[in-house]
Amino acid sequence: MSTLDVARLQFAMTSIYHFFFVPVTIGLSLLTALLHTAWYRRRDEDYLRLTRFFGTLLVINIAVGVVTGLVQEFQFGMDWSSYSRFVGDVFGAPLAVEGLAAFFLESTFLGLWLFGWGRLSPRVHLFTIWMVVLGAVLSAAFIMAANSWMQHPVGYQLVNGRAQLTNFWQLLVNPVFLWGYTHVLLAALVTGCVLMLSVSAWHLLRKSDADVFARTARLSLVILVPAALLAMFVGSELGVIEDRYQPMKIAASEAQWETCQPCSFSVFQIGGGNRDETPIKIIQVPHLLSLLATNSWNGQVQGLNDVNAQYQQQYGAGDYVPNVFIQYWSMRVMAYTAGLLFLLGLWGGWLLWRRRLDQSPWFLRLAIWAVVAPLLINTAGWMLTENGRQPWIVQGLMRTSNGVSASVNTATVVTSVLVFFLLYAVLAVVAWGLMVRYARRGLEPVEPVPSGVAPESRVRAMTY
Amino acid sequence: MGLSIFWFVLVALFWTGFFVLEGFDFGVGMLHTVVGRNDEERQLALDSIGPLWDGNEVWLIVAGASMFAAFPGWYATMFSALYLPLVLILVALILRGVSFEYRDKRDSSRWRQTWSTLMTVSSLVAPLLIGVGLGDLLHGLPIDSQQEFTGTPLDLVSPYSLFVGVTIVALCVVHGATFLALKVDGPVRARAHTIARASGPVAALAVLGYVIWTQTLIGGVLPGLVPILAILAALSTALLVQRRLEGWAFASTTVAMAASVSTIFLSLYPRVMVSSTNPAYDLTIQNTSSSSYALTVMTIFAAVLFPLVLVYQGWTYYVFRRRLGGTAASKLPEQAGASRRGPSPVAGL
Repeated sequence: MSTLDVARLQFAMTSIYHFFFVPVTIGLSLLTALLHTAWYRRRDEDYLRLTRFFGTLLVINIAVGVVTGLVQEFQFGMDWSSYSRFVGDVFGAPLAVEGLAAFFLESTFLGLWLFGWGRLSPRVHLFTIWMVVLGAVLSAAFIMAANSWMQHPVGYQLVNGRAQLTNFWQLLVNPVFLWGYTHVLLAALVTGCVLMLSVSAWHLLRKSDADVFARTARLSLVILVPAALLAMFVGSELGVIEDRYQPMKIAASEAQWETCQPCSFSVFQIGGGNRDETPIKIIQVPHLLSLLATNSWNGQVQGLNDVNAQYQQQYGAGDYVPNVFIQYWSMRVMAYTAGLLFLLGLWGGWLLWRRRLDQSPWFLRLAIWAVVAPLLINTAGWMLTENGRQPWIVQGLMRTSNGVSASVNTATVVTSVLVFFLLYAVLAVVAWGLMVRYARRGLEPVEPVPSGVAPESRVRAMTY
Repeated sequence: MGLSIFWFVLVALFWTGFFVLEGFDFGVGMLHTVVGRNDEERQLALDSIGPLWDGNEVWLIVAGASMFAAFPGWYATMFSALYLPLVLILVALILRGVSFEYRDKRDSSRWRQTWSTLMTVSSLVAPLLIGVGLGDLLHGLPIDSQQEFTGTPLDLVSPYSLFVGVTIVALCVVHGATFLALKVDGPVRARAHTIARASGPVAALAVLGYVIWTQTLIGGVLPGLVPILAILAALSTALLVQRRLEGWAFASTTVAMAASVSTIFLSLYPRVMVSSTNPAYDLTIQNTSSSSYALTVMTIFAAVLFPLVLVYQGWTYYVFRRRLGGTAASKLPEQAGASRRGPSPVAGL
């Protein structure tokens, strides 16, 4: 393996891992803020208990999410210093603004919220959790603006072989950003809802605090169904945008080697390894690929071979086809799992409507296990996006192989991959163990906190 | 050129702010098992920074990101050169961050002991290695005409950079001790005083040595105002902690830390990274900075956002200004009248 391969492995590993936690932070912080708001408005103690219960899960998650984000930022310079030199002028700006606008907000107000019970007035305390949500949502915006620039560079010019920012606004109205960011926010909301639904289902099944957890089951289902539907719709629109700017990405996700019109979508295929141009496609759905990629019934989708030939003319000799196997299957894992999750949401919505949610053990059992689905969907979604950009690190401007640090040798990167792998594995076990442990604990009795008066010291013992 | 100098100052300010704020967090992390003899006291020590540490650490993220944005060449060369130390720094920061949130999540002494140990070690390793890295910027690393680092990991460890790391750690210890003395009550406070008294003179000597060594590196006879301020603040810390003037002692360690870290950047200016291969290959503000358009955009954002950050972070410190823990009987006699009893060791969720 070359330094390039190991550096890519490292980036994939640290990004996928980081993104286990990020959507939970975004989604669950919003849901916790809703619970906190419900308590503030109705002064119903059960909402306070729920706020603290899900707040604890949120903290267990954020602890890992925040610190693994540090790796994300540092590894651009460590592993990809040639890339950093090339794009810093454009790519660095959203990252710096992200820190100033979002990370400070999120971290500072999280501390205020966690330790603010009884010290801040209820109104101000409620404000702090909403600032945490705002920080999380903003941080996703800036990092997505940066990532979208790598997919579809805009607002720059090349000066002395380096990209220079010429129009910051262009980064924020980049269609890839607008659709991609919305897609990520919705996916995060789905992730948060499924986590809340899963935990609530566990308690409903065991009839522990069933009347209270019925509320969070309802809350999560009511948001999950429209959010999942919207996420799928926005995702498919994003596909149309990507087909315009990154035709390779879409062609590879169908393993479509030759240009077609109209194009059908294969439900699955046998074969289709990297250079296998004739996989056996099973169950072809006519017109579906045309519809997904171009929004029109008879739309034309360029095949891999044609785009490759066109790129060879434009950028010189080379192979511009990404890993087709990863592309084909990550698209399907994402879409199929999301579809199943949506159906589960519909089932739950129907049970909710018939007021039979707590009497359907099969739904509840399935809902508990559904918690892994968003992790799968989010990971597959990112593999689809990032793998589909290859061999470019910045579409059309710089190849991934030219972005890697020149001064770093393979052994060094291998060492760091091993170190992070071990650390992340241990942390995953610890975080998962704590999550499960706290998710299974019943709601603690909580006395309402009178405003401005410090609560008793046993609050810590009760709620941690 | 004007805006790039402004951003050099901002980058230096972010690094300085990081060490001033996270410096006492590091100190408390290193000391919490020393000032706390039992689990409750240790948790009390950690609770004094519980609501603050996360916001403090963002200063590091912003320092890194603004280097990336304003000086891509500096960011790229520094971060790829310091690869292995950065891996260790990241591991330390990850373990530290998780320790804060996970330590009290299980009622098992082995569990808590494990996280305490990780917290202690990582709170020592992170400032030590970041200090070494900052020392490397000034001491010089083998860098070629393409701004690429050409050395080996061994080049990263010079006597000077090690001494910078040790000085930073010493400052973190005394900074953490004066912070604890100011923020908690009872036996933890008393032990924090003892540590501050012991570590104050050590830190003062370290800062004195660091300033002299730095001066010999950059040449010239007299150090500037800021390095002299660092020495004076470090010396006055050593005196103030003997007299248990808690507020003044903490103010003094704050100045000592700020002036010491700023000294590195002042000594670098207008360079950002010294090449030991050839002075002509030095990385400078000019040859690593972003275009003036990018800097203008960021300046607008920073001008709006940074004052806001200072306001709400300042407000956080105001909200959590009260002293934690302790009982009336365990107060230091001479402070009994002055110190306000805070609430019991409560920590939110």
